[in-house]
Amino acid sequence: MIEIKNIEKKFGNNHVLKNLSFLFERGKTNLIIGESGSGKTTLIKILIGLHKIDSGTVLFDDINLNTIKLKEQRKLRKEIGMLFQAGALYDYMTVEENIMFPLSMFTNKTEEEKLERVNFCLKRVNLEEKNNLLPSELSGGMTKRVAIARAIVMQPKYLFCDEPNSGLDPKTAIIIDNLIQEITKEYNITTIVNTHDMNSVMEIGENIAFINRGEIWWTGNKEELLVADNKELNNFVFASKLFKRLR
Amino acid sequence: MMKKVMSIPEKWSAFRKQLILEIEQVGLNSLGIVFIISFFVGGVVSIQTALNMTSPILPSYLVGFASRDSLILEFSPTMISLILAGKVGSSIASEVGSMRVTEQIDALEIMGLNSASFLILPKITASVLSFPFLVVISMGIGMIGAWAGGLSADVTTADFMSGLTYDFKPFYITYSLIKTLIFAFIVSSVSSYFGYHAKGGAIAVGKASTKAVVYSSILILIFNFILTDLILA
Repeated sequence: MIEIKNIEKKFGNNHVLKNLSFLFERGKTNLIIGESGSGKTTLIKILIGLHKIDSGTVLFDDINLNTIKLKEQRKLRKEIGMLFQAGALYDYMTVEENIMFPLSMFTNKTEEEKLERVNFCLKRVNLEEKNNLLPSELSGGMTKRVAIARAIVMQPKYLFCDEPNSGLDPKTAIIIDNLIQEITKEYNITTIVNTHDMNSVMEIGENIAFINRGEIWWTGNKEELLVADNKELNNFVFASKLFKRLR
Repeated sequence: MMKKVMSIPEKWSAFRKQLILEIEQVGLNSLGIVFIISFFVGGVVSIQTALNMTSPILPSYLVGFASRDSLILEFSPTMISLILAGKVGSSIASEVGSMRVTEQIDALEIMGLNSASFLILPKITASVLSFPFLVVISMGIGMIGAWAGGLSADVTTADFMSGLTYDFKPFYITYSLIKTLIFAFIVSSVSSYFGYHAKGGAIAVGKASTKAVVYSSILILIFNFILTDLILA
């Protein structure tokens, strides 16, 4: 699990995150939802260590991110898998090399062992025998699936997904959502998904935090979301005609 | 940032692999342009020297002598480095910049890698190893071009060869290579810096690339002046 307590973040005079506290549970898909510019990406960048907080506490199980030493921080990062919005695959590497990269850098596995693990991860994301393709030869959905395979290849304890469905058609988006949820259950990892896609929220939202103007305005799950008595949340959730009708 | 870049690589085998790739990109892929430019500039230097020596007192072997010294002292180290600042520098800045804006560098950082060292150190090392070779090749090809230019300006091969060997100071080569090493470091580090700090999208990458070439070129010219003053004056 990951716990944040009273975290604050400012960029100059812009107070981006205000006194945020939340518990991201293990074995669940934890969603951070909110409008663009609400502070979701800043929060996820703080959690993965790309931004520093001004005050507050971030706990990865028992490890305090604020007081952790550089060596331990690097060790912790090896337990983190990250799925970026656009995949962030290395252009000059094939699918196989992309997935194998963390294994080559941080383990002493033999080539056969690494290849076996890569093929296992590719099979897990239904991309068998795509080893030799380059990222430029992949569709949007395939890119995301390769990125998921790379994120899980080191068997992480924590998985972060930044807008995993952006740019995907609804059918592929559901496949990616379900894959993330299945992996979360299968490996019992703490998964945090940053999204503003309501289809995604209704598909995999087990533990949701709604952020608005840098503050957490509501927490709950997908069932509670539809009946929540919160004006700001309702404006966000029922923005589309489809969800208005559903209501 | 330089401290981060110069830290010990996470895994030597990965560093070696990256270094070989970079040597191919920086060194081998630049051979063509170095050959063409050196040959033709060598030829032009020799023709212009011959045309300007109208006095019968001046011996014709002076064409080979002047061409040799122009190529070794200035053209090959400085001009080739300026050309490489355009070719290699822009390529480094745009490659690193693209990796930055597409979050590939963030992905390296999240894995726990020192992205600056992983990406930039092989580029600097490859440049420092490759530039001197390119410059020595440029000297050789430039002299072949100068000989061909000399022939077209009625300088005999014997006179040209005599000029090439006349009063040769091996220290000039050392001076030239010292300059080249520093220029290689400037081009690779400045270009990597602008690429690594690119923010935004495609326009930012373009700007980083332009800045890399402009700043590298200016620094090369400034350091050329300082080094020449320190070493030769």
